[in-house]
Amino acid sequence: MSAPAVAKTRAARREAKLAATAARLENHPLPQGGGWLGRARVAALARLKGMGLPERRDEYWRFTNPARLADDAVTPAALFDASDEVDEFDGIDRLKLVFVDGVFDAQASDDLALEGIEIARLAEAGGRDIHWAQDLYGALEAEGQSPVERPLAARNSAYARDGVLIRVSAKPSKPVSLIYRRSSPEGAAVLHHVIRLEPGAELTLLENGPAAARYSIDIEACIADGAALHHVRAQGRDHERSGITHVFARLGEGSVFKSFTLSANGAVLRNEAVVWLNGKGGSAHIAGAAMGDGAFHHDDTVFVTHAAPDCESRQVFKKVLRNGAVGVFQGKILVDQIAQLTDGYQISQSLLLDETSQFLAKPELEIYADDVKCSHGSTSGEIDADQLFYLRARGLPLDDAQGLLVLAFLAEALEEIDSNELADDMRHRLEGWVNRHRR
Amino acid sequence: MLEIKNLHVKLEEEDKAILKGVDLTVEAGKVHAIMGPNGSGKSTLAYVLSGRDGYEVTEGTISLEGEELLDMEPEERAAAGLFLAFQYPVEIPGVGNMTFLRTAVNAQRKARGEPEMSSGDFLKLIRAKAKDLKIEPDMLKRPVNVGFSGGEKKRNEILQMAMLEPRMCVLDETDSGLDVDAMKLVADGVNALRDANRGFLVITHYQRLLDHIKPDVVHIMSDGRIIKSGGPELALEVEQNGYADILAEVQA
Repeated sequence: MSAPAVAKTRAARREAKLAATAARLENHPLPQGGGWLGRARVAALARLKGMGLPERRDEYWRFTNPARLADDAVTPAALFDASDEVDEFDGIDRLKLVFVDGVFDAQASDDLALEGIEIARLAEAGGRDIHWAQDLYGALEAEGQSPVERPLAARNSAYARDGVLIRVSAKPSKPVSLIYRRSSPEGAAVLHHVIRLEPGAELTLLENGPAAARYSIDIEACIADGAALHHVRAQGRDHERSGITHVFARLGEGSVFKSFTLSANGAVLRNEAVVWLNGKGGSAHIAGAAMGDGAFHHDDTVFVTHAAPDCESRQVFKKVLRNGAVGVFQGKILVDQIAQLTDGYQISQSLLLDETSQFLAKPELEIYADDVKCSHGSTSGEIDADQLFYLRARGLPLDDAQGLLVLAFLAEALEEIDSNELADDMRHRLEGWVNRHRR
Repeated sequence: MLEIKNLHVKLEEEDKAILKGVDLTVEAGKVHAIMGPNGSGKSTLAYVLSGRDGYEVTEGTISLEGEELLDMEPEERAAAGLFLAFQYPVEIPGVGNMTFLRTAVNAQRKARGEPEMSSGDFLKLIRAKAKDLKIEPDMLKRPVNVGFSGGEKKRNEILQMAMLEPRMCVLDETDSGLDVDAMKLVADGVNALRDANRGFLVITHYQRLLDHIKPDVVHIMSDGRIIKSGGPELALEVEQNGYADILAEVQA
């Protein structure tokens, strides 16, 4: 086939995709609500129409079929009884904001007042002049559409019905905890949170729970000079649910962003993180531990841009897979020409507990500065036979020995959590999972 | 204590016989040493005793205090009182040394139907034993054997032995890679565990370890068999004349 013919085919394919998307969106009017939010939604919808909804043949979706995340029809997911464990972050003093089936539940939530922090509900924000949020909503998402298109993020900006707008101007005394509950085996939740940290401010943001049979949860975080955002989330254990999340984080000079995600079970889960290190001396750590047994497809897609000198970034992702579970990692470090003395690190590893599971990894480095230190690695392996024997020779039963080695494998990701209290909480979840999923 | 009868072992993957009829009895309270040239089957014997994969026993039996060892999984052998000090202790990143030891101690107790050791008692005990072996508290917190020097790894093996209090201790080339001081520390650790109820099988290539751990019986192993047994003087003979003389003498 000659080159012009290919180009024509590609153009034609895109045209068809955009037409199909436009036709589908006809049936989905934007949520009510005017003001700045209405305008942001209209703009997001235009972006989405310009990209089209994702398809399997899209390069960025090569390893994960987007159908279940993008289809109009939501695949139901049975409610999961997680009462054998206390909820995540139980016992940790925090400001609780509860969402049930994707809608804020004021009764179940704490009072929104906390020293050093302003919180507004997205569903009520459109008509109000919330200047610190309105230039941010959809803005980082829009910026994140290049160099790679993320249509499901634009769809989230357009259709999100609820979420919170958080402005932090000091160091609040406790974490803000977003709790997602679901009461129905059907339906979708679309949530969008905007977080603004003023210079020198600090926030710990917690998220937990499965949200809905299908969820789309996006966070846009603007982290000003010298500010720090610690983000820890656990996505529940429901088996059949699907979900896509995006975290867009823009970091100023000397600021810190640390994000850790624990995922267990789930039919199709994709967590995207898009991070810009825009000020000198910034630091971004994105980490995740995922465990899947059986019908589990988990995708971590990360894009870190070093756009200023002297910044450090780490990506640490670990997955334990068994019984046909699939793990995906797409991670990129992009170092602009200006970003000298960049220190970039990326590791993605999977532990395959049997021969039916698989791990697909696409680690990428793109470097335009000449004085940088960047390393990346990706491995996929089974439990080390020598280590297993050593433990058994000391008296550990096979299952215990295997469990200990699984936890040891995941430990490096947990080390990315600064708070010991939160790290211990996540470790207990992992132990619980390992104990439940013995041979 | 430990009774090995007519043991024949081959590699699982290939048709290569390694042990060709080993007979050996270690009594409680005694230290037996096995010496022999490289490739004679010494380490294979240690691995087969502990239940490592990759070997096939084609003939013979091994019993520990009357129980048939070959029917047991490695962890069952450990709980029954067998301990192997590894020639090459394995590094386990992500598992703290202390956590590992506590899990091991309690797993064995559980298997024997004994109550678990409380963390307070465990801590007290391990600190005292570590001190005897000149093991820094820091080494207890670090991941198992990760970043340990050769000497530290071997001392860590002896610490495990001291904590687990096995009935039958098998030491596989515990002297390899040790300088004189480190060897003395290790030997002191072993000697401290000698008592009337415990048996030792010390596998070594050189005689020098036996200067510090005095054996009751010395066996010479060659080509998968024990070709000569005797008192401690046999080790000295090897030291002076090498293995060649003994091999020639037996063949003659």
